[in-house]
Amino acid sequence: MTIHQISVFLENRAGQLAEITGVLAQKGIDLRAINIAETSDYGVLRLIADNPQAAATTLLEQGFILSMTPVVAVSVPDQPGGLAKVLDVLAKENIDVEYMYSVFGQVNGLAHMVFRVADTDKLISVLKDNGLEPISSENLGIR
Amino acid sequence: MERYYQPEIECASRETILAWQNERLCKQVKNVWDNVPYYRRKMEEKGLTPDDIRGVEDLHKLPFVTKDDLREAYPYGLVARPLRDCVRIQSTSGTTGKRVVAFYTQHDLDLWEDCCARAIVAAGGTHEDVCQVSYGYGLFTGGPGLNGGSHKVGCLTIPTSSGNTERQIMFIRDLNATILCCTPSYAAYLGETMKEMGLSPDEIPLKAGIFGAEAWSEEMRRSIQETLGIKAYDIYGLTELSGPGVAFECSEQSGMHINEDHFIAEIIDPQTGEVLPEGSQGELVFTSITKEAFPLLRYRTRDICVLSRKSCSCGRTHVKMSKPRGRSDDMLIIKGVNVFPSQIETVLLAQGYQANYQMIVDRVNNTDTLEVQVEMTPENFSDNLAQITQMEKSLVAALKAMLGIYAKVRLVAPKSIARSEGKAVRVIDKRKI
Ligand SMILES: [Zn+2]
Repeated sequence: MTIHQISVFLENRAGQLAEITGVLAQKGIDLRAINIAETSDYGVLRLIADNPQAAATTLLEQGFILSMTPVVAVSVPDQPGGLAKVLDVLAKENIDVEYMYSVFGQVNGLAHMVFRVADTDKLISVLKDNGLEPISSENLGIR
Repeated sequence: MERYYQPEIECASRETILAWQNERLCKQVKNVWDNVPYYRRKMEEKGLTPDDIRGVEDLHKLPFVTKDDLREAYPYGLVARPLRDCVRIQSTSGTTGKRVVAFYTQHDLDLWEDCCARAIVAAGGTHEDVCQVSYGYGLFTGGPGLNGGSHKVGCLTIPTSSGNTERQIMFIRDLNATILCCTPSYAAYLGETMKEMGLSPDEIPLKAGIFGAEAWSEEMRRSIQETLGIKAYDIYGLTELSGPGVAFECSEQSGMHINEDHFIAEIIDPQTGEVLPEGSQGELVFTSITKEAFPLLRYRTRDICVLSRKSCSCGRTHVKMSKPRGRSDDMLIIKGVNVFPSQIETVLLAQGYQANYQMIVDRVNNTDTLEVQVEMTPENFSDNLAQITQMEKSLVAALKAMLGIYAKVRLVAPKSIARSEGKAVRVIDKRKI
């Protein structure tokens, strides 16, 4: 039930992000989600691609430093309080969220959030226990 | 069993070496007095004649020669032989001002190649070996010197020169090169590239490397030895004196034996010029006593190091010099503190980074600033920004502990710092007042 996120080291240099999205687009790779964490000097780009293997290979060939990180995607009702409900559950179960971000657009009328936690297995079982279904890669259109 | 190229010289008694030095020094002083007006003038200014120099104990009376003197004398000012007797020039890769051009007679080339052959044999080389010379050929002395030494030892010599990494690796593998000669930064780069290709040290036929022309640290030695599966030996030299082979490492890998039959070494206080006792750290000064075409008396190398006459387990009797802490040309004074690039290298390797870095020195509001650009490595990368920030902080702390001043660290993308196929540009000093 985990999804492969690609984490890429970003140098603080104009045009680097355009370069990355450019080479991926050239290979016909579509992005499902993207998130950037940065300091003034460098950053980490996290992305979810429809073909993670091809995306990773392409970026490695371009000389980028990257790692594959398992994350969990959860559908969140696209209405006020939808996200709060999920976060409440995680807080109650003592699950520390390292970071989270949203997936582009909606699938079946639902918004989706990606969660990065230390223990993904625990997160998945907690979600299930609370009637929140993690979304599979296939449902997000990931090969 | 330790092997020597010229055992009767390399293991001669101290008395014999001193006797050679006394005799050759007197002859050399007489030679430059007669043939180089520049030296004669400098000696006359000090009230000296050749009769005042009766041996090594009188060496300190002679004036120094500096790199500036060589530039001033460009091109023929210090040549001691008619040009018809000279057969070669080599030249330094001067970044500013005039180049330095050194001249060689056939005899000079012969002795220089002997020195390089001593280094190759000390690294375990025999006529059974295949020696790949990946130093630049041409005006740079690295390629021609080791090439000549390799021929003298009888190695099958592959003169790849520098650059074209793919072809370097192809020859190492296809022709089973056992000895590699190049700059340490290029050796590290070759090792890194072969590792990326999935080659384990067992699959690389190399057994030894002779690396010089750049400052490098013990940590860098360890990492090169590990990735290439070799023993890495240091070699020292200056174009002004001949080229590589002025000093070389033996099996002990703890300092380089200076070829004292050709060069007399002194350590001086770089500020006062005073000769310091054995074991003191100071600037290395060389006198070339066998050079015919381009003899140098008391040449200031700007290299800071220590000499040791402690007996060496390899059996060689010639004095050993420590790895230079850095050329004092490289030595930077930042916020009043002496900083050597080699110190930065030591910290980086200890913290799991590659030794590929660049120092940017600047002055902002009358205060010196130092920024160290370091390449991110796959091992140190994390999807968690806080973890990267933490590692950066620990690198800053380690640099502070080593240097005594704050250095800003800037993590950059891999391979974004220009790789050295010749000499690496480690320092960019923007302070121009
Ligand atoms: Zn020795």
